[in-house]
Amino acid sequence: MKIVVLMKQTFDTETRINLNAEGAIDETGVNYVVNPFCEIATEEAIRIKEQLGEGEVVILSVGPDRVESAMRQCFAMGADRGVLINDPALEGGDEYTTALVLAKALSNMEYDIVLAGYQAVDDGSAQIGARVAELLNIPQVTVVTKLELSDGKAIATRELDDGYELIEVPLPALFTAQRSLAEPRYPSMKGVIQAKKKPIQRLTLADLGISADEVGAKGARVKGESLVLPEPRQAGKIIEGEPAEATVELVRLLREEAKVL
Amino acid sequence: MAGVLVFADQKNGTYKQVIYEMLGLGKKAAEHLGQELQAVVIGKGVDNYVAPLAEAGVDKIFVINNDQLESYTTDGYSKALTELIKQEKPSLVLLAHDAVGKDLAPAVAQKLGAGQISDVVGVNFDEQGLLFKRPLYAGKVFSFVRFTDKAETGIVTVRPKSFDPAQRQAGRTAQVVSFSVNVTASDLRQIVKDVIRKTSARVDLTEADIIVAGGRGMKSAENFKILEELADVLGAAVGASRAAVDEKWIEPQYQVGQSGKVVSPTLYIACGISGAIQHLAGITSSKCIVAINKDPEAEIFKVADYGIVGDLFEIVPMLTQEFKKVLAG
Repeated sequence: MKIVVLMKQTFDTETRINLNAEGAIDETGVNYVVNPFCEIATEEAIRIKEQLGEGEVVILSVGPDRVESAMRQCFAMGADRGVLINDPALEGGDEYTTALVLAKALSNMEYDIVLAGYQAVDDGSAQIGARVAELLNIPQVTVVTKLELSDGKAIATRELDDGYELIEVPLPALFTAQRSLAEPRYPSMKGVIQAKKKPIQRLTLADLGISADEVGAKGARVKGESLVLPEPRQAGKIIEGEPAEATVELVRLLREEAKVL
Repeated sequence: MAGVLVFADQKNGTYKQVIYEMLGLGKKAAEHLGQELQAVVIGKGVDNYVAPLAEAGVDKIFVINNDQLESYTTDGYSKALTELIKQEKPSLVLLAHDAVGKDLAPAVAQKLGAGQISDVVGVNFDEQGLLFKRPLYAGKVFSFVRFTDKAETGIVTVRPKSFDPAQRQAGRTAQVVSFSVNVTASDLRQIVKDVIRKTSARVDLTEADIIVAGGRGMKSAENFKILEELADVLGAAVGASRAAVDEKWIEPQYQVGQSGKVVSPTLYIACGISGAIQHLAGITSSKCIVAINKDPEAEIFKVADYGIVGDLFEIVPMLTQEFKKVLAG
């Protein structure tokens, strides 16, 4: 059983976002982590391998050198090896170009299952998984909370706005992970030590046979123009008094002052 | 050709509020681009579902009827919608940023080789065309983006409650065009084995005007009952902080925050929620925030418009009673 996990490195969700003088997001002092949903995907991949007693979990990422630390985190959990794609020509790309690169790399790999986080906590786009599945021409199920495998197929529980549905697909297939799919483990000391020795294959666009014109700002379908910080909310008023009084006053203020009821 | 096309997802012929919001936005975009406002309805026997769309100002409605499309599948709907788009070449396609939209949009975008801008909360109309505003880091910063000219059609998913809905005018009609697609059972790699819908009639978090949410201070799953009672009186949705979800007091669908849902209600009542930065990221678009927490130092009080420092187990039931009284009279 070969499982490839598409992994993105993101800012820690604790991060307060600031803009620098150029109007871009200030990356100084930022703590980078494995995107929480990708961490869940990684855990599920490792869990499947452990349950079957065989298999390989490969972490596939696009990004600069600092992504290595996120990969090592996945290795420490139990993933076996990684493939990291980086190239200056990727600068200014969008979801379309990122998916193109990931799918090209996957087309050179063996896989029964591709797992990804359903969205990244930085851009919240929720597109990469679906795009890669289309490019590979494999079926997809997104926002999966449970995965059951049997011979050559899987039943995935997909979260809806108002419930769940159980979807059967043949393998190979791609699934994007939602929160309850798996609870990421804390790596053991042994895992952390072993992680240092696991191999990372580094690839450039030339290695993948992709021309610079297809990706980055040249190939992107969407381009960003500017960023703006939201108006900070101000503290309002604390309503004093005994609970009974405060409650009555709150309801009055909501109706008469805030006019939200 | 060209046009602004709205994917009018329907359930038994009814359209959620967000569809009318997209029609409102779509009308403005169509006017700005000098194009017509179009909608597409997909399913089985959906010819009868066009009247609300016509009344809401759509110029042309495409109806796609196919037995295989009675229920949503990624393969079925993405194939159908892509075939329509390839033929009609709209410049913009709008879908809701909900479970179906999030699943369908990128599959269609990729089939077209097109760009997608997700979770749009604002649009500027300028000389170049359309500039879309969307949140990054769950709204800690907003990004203004545009489609490049690399693809003919741009796909956009729209966040509920971000745009004014189109008003329905009785008697307005639209051109209705039947569009047939070649979708057969063998096209569908996803087989839906079972669907479990929640029996609660409660409104969805991302569409709710009022949300009552609980955090670590709720102490147990059973205690969420007091929030549900308040929500019932207010016609509100129930939400939760990550702490409550981690404790398994409530399912992940209800989580509000950076790794949950970002919400924009008129009123957000946070009960026993401390106000971690990731949670606040999910609620800053709320019009009014109320906090009930026994810790006067809780971060939530720094962003709440109104706060009560006290025991939520005492205060929330009192609030329920007071609202019941006041809203009934």
